[in-house]
Amino acid sequence: MNGSFLIRRVFYGLLLMLGVVVLNFLLIRLAPGDPAVVIAGEMGGATEEMLAQIRADYGLDKPVLVQLGIYLGNVVQGDLGQSFFFNQPVAKLIGLRIWPTILLVLTALTLSTVLGVILGVLAARKPNGLMSAFVAVFATVGYAVPVFWTGIMLIILFASILPIFPVEGMQNVRLRDANLFVKALDIAHHLILPAFTLAVIYLAQYARLSRASMLEVLGSDYVRTARAKGASERSVLFKHALRNAALPILTVAGLQFGNLISGALLVETVFNWPGMGRLAFDSILRRDYPTIMGVLFFASAMVVVANILTDISYRIADPRLRGK
Amino acid sequence: MSEAVKMAEAQSPALEAWRMFRRNVPALFGVAILATIVGLTLYGRFFYGGDPFDVVWAPHEPPGVEPGFPLGTDYLGRSILAGILTGGGPTLAVGAAAAVLTMVIGISLGALAGYYGGWVDNLLMRVTEFFQVLPALLFAMVLVTLFSPSLVTIAVAIGVVSWPQTARLTRAEFLKIKELEYVTAARAIGAKNGRIMWRGILPNAAPPLIVSATLTIGVAILFEAGLSFLGLGDPNVMSWGLMIGANRDYILDAWWPVTFPGLAIFLTVFSVSLIGDGLNDAFNPKLRER
Repeated sequence: MNGSFLIRRVFYGLLLMLGVVVLNFLLIRLAPGDPAVVIAGEMGGATEEMLAQIRADYGLDKPVLVQLGIYLGNVVQGDLGQSFFFNQPVAKLIGLRIWPTILLVLTALTLSTVLGVILGVLAARKPNGLMSAFVAVFATVGYAVPVFWTGIMLIILFASILPIFPVEGMQNVRLRDANLFVKALDIAHHLILPAFTLAVIYLAQYARLSRASMLEVLGSDYVRTARAKGASERSVLFKHALRNAALPILTVAGLQFGNLISGALLVETVFNWPGMGRLAFDSILRRDYPTIMGVLFFASAMVVVANILTDISYRIADPRLRGK
Repeated sequence: MSEAVKMAEAQSPALEAWRMFRRNVPALFGVAILATIVGLTLYGRFFYGGDPFDVVWAPHEPPGVEPGFPLGTDYLGRSILAGILTGGGPTLAVGAAAAVLTMVIGISLGALAGYYGGWVDNLLMRVTEFFQVLPALLFAMVLVTLFSPSLVTIAVAIGVVSWPQTARLTRAEFLKIKELEYVTAARAIGAKNGRIMWRGILPNAAPPLIVSATLTIGVAILFEAGLSFLGLGDPNVMSWGLMIGANRDYILDAWWPVTFPGLAIFLTVFSVSLIGDGLNDAFNPKLRER
């Protein structure tokens, strides 16, 4: 791993985040109406005193560039403003809600890539077989189903017909005093349906993609060589071929990360999962702009971090890139 | 018709693609579903009238019981069938408008970046990367809330957040095509940049862009459905997403008010994606085996 590459990549990531902060700032000012009223939230019924306080905090009587400076300074110090609805700092609100979202997104990512690759590899063994046909149909169907509807259908199925998974929330309140292990199991139990709902679209796409990229790699010379020297079929598939076929999957998974977060937003709303998406939805209904902007900031930061990690893992997976 | 004309016709890539498409059963199936859905959306209400917001019957009438309401009624007693028939219009219109906007922004920026290269390319690609960092649905939600929800705002919001992929694809195509000899020849005879880009390169970059446009329509429809489901659509316009969102608190009492609109969204996007796959195969016969 090349150190200067990492530094450049992180610096560029910070630059992108600076862009997000400036965008947040501009959006509030471009919205119709008095920014102080917008920040206070239209549902809040802000008093004149509150508005005066906001104007002073954000420097709204000063020139726009100074306002931007104040805003940037606050964000750098970890101050994303105050949610007037929750009467709490936005950073603290999101700090509590970001972990459930990360848990959900990472579980869905793991499920979809691992299962997708397994399906794709199995399908690639017989390009015209039953598994290939299944992957093709599954990919087209999976792409077309609205994620929130999948969630609702699963709730109907598992709440009334087959009640083996909880369909709402993240924890059972009755287990409040249980030990850590029981609590973790409880969260995992609650996680199954939302994570599967979110994973299923991407699972279908990764299955199709890994099938295509495996088929390409399986036709190449070095795979023939591996077979000729007597490598077992499993070793050829998973050790020789998959290593190269995995690169496109890595690329797409990295590019899809933002969509995964968008999907998590809908899934959290459907399953009442107490994450950032649910928070965004609640604050949008209440027009709590500081919180919404805070969620946009943190969600974008997650995408930036995911992109950096993708680039790094790309370099680990493909030694040819390391020198560059 | 002279022999020469027939030859030219046989080799025209568009005609070849059409021949391939015509024999693609799933794609034709997609065309049939989509045509049915569009037809029902446009003309359905002449056969089954009524304002979808009107309370016309007892709430939660199951489907198939009352002949007047074949798909049942929702939690307020509104006809599901009336909602499905009228709700498709906004969904399809917003989906199509958003897709057009996505393609216009994406193709323009991608073409400029790919054709001019250098600092133009650098700048536009940084902007593209920036937009790819923003989670699309969340950004669209923010835009719609800040600028009050209407069909126009929603279409614009979806367009503003979805163009980066199209821009990247267009840029890649332009980078490839601008090195071809006929482009150099066009430049040599003094054709202006604008003419080379739009009349010379764009038509040759069209096949992958047409496929991507089809898929963009599907994504835009899902997007609109998601926003309406969250209650961020235009509250005065019935749409499939809105129907699901309005009835989601009662799903354990009645499955039909959420199931039928969801099936409608699924079938629409499914048909669009079958058509997209068909076009992709038609334009790239070599890829068919995958």
